Amino acid sequence: MSFFAFSSPLVARRAFLGKSGLVLSGTAIALLAGRDVLAAKAGGSTAADANILNTALAAELEAVAAYQVGAESGLLEKPVLALAGQFQGHHKEHADLLAKTIRQLGGKPVDAKKKYDFPTSALKDQADVLRFAASLEKGAVSAYLGAVPLFRNRDLSKAAASILGDEAMHWAVLRNALGENPVPSAFVS
Amino acid sequence: MLEGAVLVAALALGDAKAGEDVYSRCLGCHSLEYNRTGPKHCGLIGRRAGSVPGYEYSPAMKRSGIVWSEKALERFLADPGKTVPGTTMTYAGVSDPADRSNLIAYLKKQRCE
Repeated sequence: MSFFAFSSPLVARRAFLGKSGLVLSGTAIALLAGRDVLAAKAGGSTAADANILNTALAAELEAVAAYQVGAESGLLEKPVLALAGQFQGHHKEHADLLAKTIRQLGGKPVDAKKKYDFPTSALKDQADVLRFAASLEKGAVSAYLGAVPLFRNRDLSKAAASILGDEAMHWAVLRNALGENPVPSAFVS
Repeated sequence: MLEGAVLVAALALGDAKAGEDVYSRCLGCHSLEYNRTGPKHCGLIGRRAGSVPGYEYSPAMKRSGIVWSEKALERFLADPGKTVPGTTMTYAGVSDPADRSNLIAYLKKQRCE
């Protein structure tokens, strides 16, 4: 299977991770550095914004667990396993940032579930795992797209859009790994 | 009255196959068979909102009084937060009426095994 249209998976991963790391860390710094401003701006709408962030946090925690299932499946080749670990790391970063921001807004972050249900019996080979991960990432892109316009605080919309971009890159890379068109359309929905 | 008739006609035209593609947008939080960030969707039509065992709903959804008919789903999917203020489905909605009717046609076919 063709993993990447790069000279090697490692080169592709470095190129990809370099870009996505910059995007998220920039937003994280801006968001966390502006705690007081953020709280002041949010005013009476903090509970609604924290509610949106908590839904996102629950999905991010589930994504972390899903990548763990993939990593422990024994079905992934070494470079794919490394990539899955890196993507899982991104989801952990998203979750950490979301939880901190929810606390900052006076909310209580949801905890990870003790147990998640995944279609593990349907995962027979690497392609199944990649297809499963791609479906979650595409869904995550749509979820963030649906959340971005709901925030009362526009800084949070910006932060959510940054995460959306990262998840869209995950989705594209996973599609490419499956031999599918990595960017099938000009818009996401 | 006319609006209701138009809605019923639009829902009747829903394409389940096209709806499966629309459903891919839901997979960040939902699945047909399992409770995830959101509740499972098999057997949705006819179910009382907030009633799937093992899923922790928002108080808003539990007290919504909704029974998931095609019309109720159409309204909810268009704007979840407006239909059930306080829902944890913090999603702006499926804005295209054709996408909604296709999605509903797909969901109608999903029975729990």
